[in-house]
Amino acid sequence: MNILYDERVDGELPKVDKAALLAELQAQLPGMDILHRGEDLKPYECDGLSAYRTTPMLVVLPERVEQVETLLKIAHKRGVPVVARGAGTGLSGGALPLEQGILLVMARFNKILEVDPAGRFARVQPGVRNLAISQAAAPYDLYYAPDPSSQIACSIGGNVAENAGGVHCLKYGLTVHNLLKVDILTVEGERMVLGSDALDSPGFDLLALFTGSEGMLGIVTEVTVKLLPKPQVAKVLLAAFDSVEKAGRAVGDIIAAGIIPGGLEMMDNLSIRAAEDFIRAGYPVDAEAILLCELDGVEADVHDDCARVGEVLKLAGATEVRLAKDEAERVKFWAGRKNAFPAVGRISPDYYCMDGTIPRRELPGVLKGISDLSNEYGLRVANVFHAGDGNMHPLILFDANTEGELERAEALGGKILELCVKVGGSITGEHGVGREKINQMCSQFNVDELTLFHAVKAAFDPSGLLNPGKNIPTLHRCAEFGGMHVHGGQLPFPELERF
Amino acid sequence: MTVSFDDSQQLLDQVNQALASNTPLRIQGGGSKAFLGREVQGTPLDTRAHRGIVTYDPTELVISVRAGTPLAELEAALDEANQMLPCEPPHLGEGATVGGMIATGLSGPRRPWSGSVRDFVLGSRVITGHGKHLRFGGEVMKNVAGYDLSRLMAGSFGCLGVLTEVSLKVLPKPRLSRSLRVQMPVDRALLKLAEWGQQPVPITAASHDGQALHLRLEGGEGSVNAACDRIGGETLDADYWNQLREQRLGFFSDSRPLWRLSLPTDTPVLALPGEQLIDWAGAQRWLKSDTDAQAIRAIVSEVGGHATCFTAGAAASPFQPLAEPLLRYHRQLKAALDPQGIFNPGRMYSEV
Repeated sequence: MNILYDERVDGELPKVDKAALLAELQAQLPGMDILHRGEDLKPYECDGLSAYRTTPMLVVLPERVEQVETLLKIAHKRGVPVVARGAGTGLSGGALPLEQGILLVMARFNKILEVDPAGRFARVQPGVRNLAISQAAAPYDLYYAPDPSSQIACSIGGNVAENAGGVHCLKYGLTVHNLLKVDILTVEGERMVLGSDALDSPGFDLLALFTGSEGMLGIVTEVTVKLLPKPQVAKVLLAAFDSVEKAGRAVGDIIAAGIIPGGLEMMDNLSIRAAEDFIRAGYPVDAEAILLCELDGVEADVHDDCARVGEVLKLAGATEVRLAKDEAERVKFWAGRKNAFPAVGRISPDYYCMDGTIPRRELPGVLKGISDLSNEYGLRVANVFHAGDGNMHPLILFDANTEGELERAEALGGKILELCVKVGGSITGEHGVGREKINQMCSQFNVDELTLFHAVKAAFDPSGLLNPGKNIPTLHRCAEFGGMHVHGGQLPFPELERF
Repeated sequence: MTVSFDDSQQLLDQVNQALASNTPLRIQGGGSKAFLGREVQGTPLDTRAHRGIVTYDPTELVISVRAGTPLAELEAALDEANQMLPCEPPHLGEGATVGGMIATGLSGPRRPWSGSVRDFVLGSRVITGHGKHLRFGGEVMKNVAGYDLSRLMAGSFGCLGVLTEVSLKVLPKPRLSRSLRVQMPVDRALLKLAEWGQQPVPITAASHDGQALHLRLEGGEGSVNAACDRIGGETLDADYWNQLREQRLGFFSDSRPLWRLSLPTDTPVLALPGEQLIDWAGAQRWLKSDTDAQAIRAIVSEVGGHATCFTAGAAASPFQPLAEPLLRYHRQLKAALDPQGIFNPGRMYSEV
């Protein structure tokens, strides 16, 4: 593992007596599966960010909340760190195990407990897959809106932990906007309910605070999500542009026309070619950029909006505007975009996906900056972009078998994120900080802000046992590595002692 | 006239003085919602000099605004660009500020369909109980770096820090808005609303005043006109929604204490002594009643809701009391963000 991300940077590892812990767990939780031998632990050494691997000390696979409760009480008493994991599809190493920790796998909590069409909610266990909720609601013409690209596999508990997004966020919001209630277990194993069956609840909005907290404040044991009526119809326009700037401006023009598309995606030439080679979606391969604009809702409105958006796109200088003529073509247009990552995977042995967000107006400058960095580091970058909400996914192409390329890709990725922060954006829009972007947190937040984050963590988990070392960097880490870039001749964190 | 002035240094100095002398502060804007919550003993900290729109680019759908800015000024700026705050926050009096809107977290009639005040918060600047002026979140739609302290500020009644600036997501106004009044009994209206809620009917407000169902439909011409034809009824003056939001309908002049009931959306008619007015398609109900807090809360809690007293002094705890361990974590969170307990102590609960 790259030393930059080594958990030892954050301090000494806890000393855990594995044999004694295992014996107590086996005695107290006889019905629960516990994995403790090397070959059994191996499959759990990484999540969706497979470049980072750590073998956990123990893996537990509970099936009942009471088991999780007991487990947490034992871990708390013994001072053993606990990392929760859902389906393990996360892209930021948020479920990366700890050498001296328990990996708590929630995947067996996979029951849909209730779908209530009149109340428009579904109550599910945390291991239920995102798409399974919409499938269960489909007979009532309802669905669960957030649709991260991993929705076939990712679990709703993980969605809560990461505040997962998707391609429809601008119109339908993130996970945090689509939750009613989350049941959690605290680090001490007490049950607590955040939110309620109503639209709000008394006290502080802890549901908002916990959403996206990456398993650092509590363990999700049940989730109640809002369901929405399915849009009657969805149509997609594809527009080609001879420059990325024009495509970027067209996005602003659509919104200025008072239209909020269900989805609004942009791809650059490298991504267009890769996707077209792979999927044959009918993309114009000579275009510098394409926009995919999906309009959904009631048929009459969608029809009118398609005409309006078509006009806007032409005025914005599109060289070609195509309305998917039928559902099959609509699906094909989307298939190109949805398979952009594997498509890029075909033209490069490895790729590294970034997740920065920027104010949309900064797009031309940031793309120029990425292109310069790409030349500087000698690595190609393909850009796919949730254009509607400013979330970029530059894909850095590299070959891990070439000495030093992974490190170069990581360094280039770090620079891209810093560029996002510089123009007023964020290092992560929907993938989370996890272990991956822990060092870049030092460029997004100052010492006082990080100190406050640690205080919030301590309010819920004073002993720091829930997913330690993720999401919020220690000040030591920032001084040591994360912020060692010289900004304007001045080192960041001048107030900190250097180690 | 719009005024723009950065008074954050002055606010920060006042907080640091209060920290040095261990003096509690009573944070105030226009005072339009001062009646809500428990009384706070403290030196007033007035945010109103810190005002003005910092950035607004309509095509980015984001506005950043200082906390002391009059809410009316924010609304006027959005109106000029044909945009809006979809959560329709109530003013509840003259001089309501943006800071008060966030601190109380109150939303208007569109809330069940659009989302609440907190749903539109993207970023914030906050003076903390450590005497620091910090920034959380940002001006982008998606941002999962660090804990979401910005959304936590919404509805925290100033108990966790002094909000100085907020970035909000805004949206274009709908192309067409029509309001209807349909005579039907309340139980039938609730059933109809549950039915429409499962269909793509463009409802953006639904209230029942005991006599008739009041609906607002918004969107494109095609969908709105089709829905109006289907539902029937008579045209309603759109000012009804403003009067409902600002609590100026005749219902609110009843002299008995006012309660806000927040309920699961498909809760049937609740038998409670007094008068009720239904908003949010049933998820928010206003109650005028002399019944004591415990009795109201027992009935409301039974169905999964909670009750807030909106009449100053009429209930010992205006907000529904919190059970353990939730209360303990509220205390611990308050202690983490405001260790000396100087920000609006006791405004929500005596313990925080």
